[in-house]
Amino acid sequence: MPTVAPLDLDGHCIATAWLGGVPHFALADGVVHRLDNGHRQAQAHDGLACAVPSLDGRALLTGGEDGRVCAVAADGAVRELADIGRKWVTSVAAGPRDAVAFASGRIAYVLLPDGRTKELAHPRSVEGLAFAPKGLRLGVARYNGATLHFPAAEGKPAELEWAGAHTGITFSPDGNFLVTAMQENALHGWKLSDGKHMRMAGYPAKVKSLSWSAKGRWLASSGAPAAIVWPFLTRDGPIGKAPAELGTRGDTMVTCVCFHPAEEILAIGYADGMVLAARVADSKEVLLRRPGKGAITAMAWDGEGRRIAFGAETGDCGVIDVAG
Amino acid sequence: MTQAQIPVTVLTGYLGSGKTTLLNRILGEDHGKRYAVIVNEFGEIGIDNDLIVESDEEIYEMNNGCVCCTVRGDLIRTVEGLMRRPGRFDAILVETTGLADPAPVAQTFFMDDEVRAKTRLDAVVALVDAKHLPLRLKDSREAEDQIAFADVVVLNKTDLVSEDELRDVEAAVRAINPAAKVHKTQRSGVPLSEVLDRGAFDLKRALDNDPHFLDAHDHDHDHDHECGPDCDHDHHHHHHHDHGHASPIHDVSVKSISLRAGEMDPKKFFPWLEKITQMDGPNILRLKGIVAFADDPDRYVVQGVHMIVEGDHQRPWKQDEKHETRLVFIGRELDAERLKRTFEACQAA
Repeated sequence: MPTVAPLDLDGHCIATAWLGGVPHFALADGVVHRLDNGHRQAQAHDGLACAVPSLDGRALLTGGEDGRVCAVAADGAVRELADIGRKWVTSVAAGPRDAVAFASGRIAYVLLPDGRTKELAHPRSVEGLAFAPKGLRLGVARYNGATLHFPAAEGKPAELEWAGAHTGITFSPDGNFLVTAMQENALHGWKLSDGKHMRMAGYPAKVKSLSWSAKGRWLASSGAPAAIVWPFLTRDGPIGKAPAELGTRGDTMVTCVCFHPAEEILAIGYADGMVLAARVADSKEVLLRRPGKGAITAMAWDGEGRRIAFGAETGDCGVIDVAG
Repeated sequence: MTQAQIPVTVLTGYLGSGKTTLLNRILGEDHGKRYAVIVNEFGEIGIDNDLIVESDEEIYEMNNGCVCCTVRGDLIRTVEGLMRRPGRFDAILVETTGLADPAPVAQTFFMDDEVRAKTRLDAVVALVDAKHLPLRLKDSREAEDQIAFADVVVLNKTDLVSEDELRDVEAAVRAINPAAKVHKTQRSGVPLSEVLDRGAFDLKRALDNDPHFLDAHDHDHDHDHECGPDCDHDHHHHHHHDHGHASPIHDVSVKSISLRAGEMDPKKFFPWLEKITQMDGPNILRLKGIVAFADDPDRYVVQGVHMIVEGDHQRPWKQDEKHETRLVFIGRELDAERLKRTFEACQAA
């Protein structure tokens, strides 16, 4: 039987993460809470806008409404990585070899492994950022498409065009596909080898959460009353294929999805605070958490795939032990 | 889980129209409300406040390319960010750049589901520089759009023009937008209660703020606002004749078309309104109206921005109120004759 250890906080949870086996909960007021032999906290910002764990899992990278970018370590130590003044840092991404990218307005900044900072100016706002799994390659979601930079090298970026506003971005784990979330309730994908387009539409709401399965065979998404899971089983990805739907509920929307680190099992969070786990192979579901106060906004599995740290927009966070 | 929707006031106006002065007053005066302010540039705002957010104006068209679906991407992001920490402010104020098109700003609060769930548009306020308006109307379309879109027009810097000039400028504003409330001021000295918390997009309140909605035609004069006993600012009542809204300086493209008829047949009226807004949506900047339906004891009010139209029953007709339907369309290239004819055909038999 799954069990839930609640952590009731006051505020919108932006991200959860496991750092050195310790669950962390980053809230919009800029405080990062953790459960490490008791409830502890670190004030990282005056207003948090975005947060992602570093690739080595040793720090949470945070961007604030105070124009600062920080790395919060598992012991709560806050190290400032950058300070750009009064503008909001709206997106942050973790790259290989400790590279960090963040965005404010129309500029994407990259803190390179060699200590240099690169500023990449764009004609329109930088909406989303993601590093490719290999090489130091940065994808930028923007109006009318995506831009791919090699920030460590000079040279022109590659532009991928598709009309509309692209607000989120993710690379497939094998680096063969780039997928963006759009303002108009759809995903758009590019096969990077030939630029072939993939339109993934039909969502009743905007897609806010995306998650790849461990080997990259599936891409799960929020934005519908079920988790919409696109197949990337062949080299053409989902072109011409229908998605699977997991955890369908008639009365509420999926707001957050997070794949298990090894198995093709998806944790699904809903607008009413419920959390389910569903297996792709047979759609079998297990209830992990009953509805709470508000929408699930963040989930993260621990390294062994046994526990999930979750957070909600209403601050009712906690840790689910799936095996109980 | 459900929180009250936060009201949003949109402030438009050209550089030099007095926007910053008004903004500083809203931030500085004690009016009992805390404002989060979204500005294009921190610029000359004299008050340091962490609830002032700088945001790059980002116009996003949806990929169908229709002007009616254009939104401000930066506002979506900023409003969502602000709403993650509710409780710090009671209302939001959006300041636009002088050249901004107000339509995408307004549409953001209708088109984006999340923004719409958490906020509601309160009013679009346009500041107009009385001295420079004639020139602005000649050299730009934005000045016209800002007036056309406004629920409240603050005709500012009236001390810099003669009485005749002011009369012409006011007539120009009225010709573009007969449905807006106009305040004549100096140094942005409009009472803040006339600008904030207006409920101009609230169908239950909208037209009650302006009991003389579209009355100007009947009386051939223009009472600008209801003067209560507590009004303490300057009043400039020019009881002049305003036949046909002819204005010597209004040589621009926005027109308002006022329609008036008796009771409507809902089976004809709703399909008509839908067809008009589908067809002419890109050309309709605003529409407002009070509708009397046959055999319906309640007033029905409608309000629209381009193709977005909302309507609802407002309240029962009062005893002394005339059961009639009044609509105003503000837009470009609208066929007045066709609108009038098709509108009148919707009357109940």
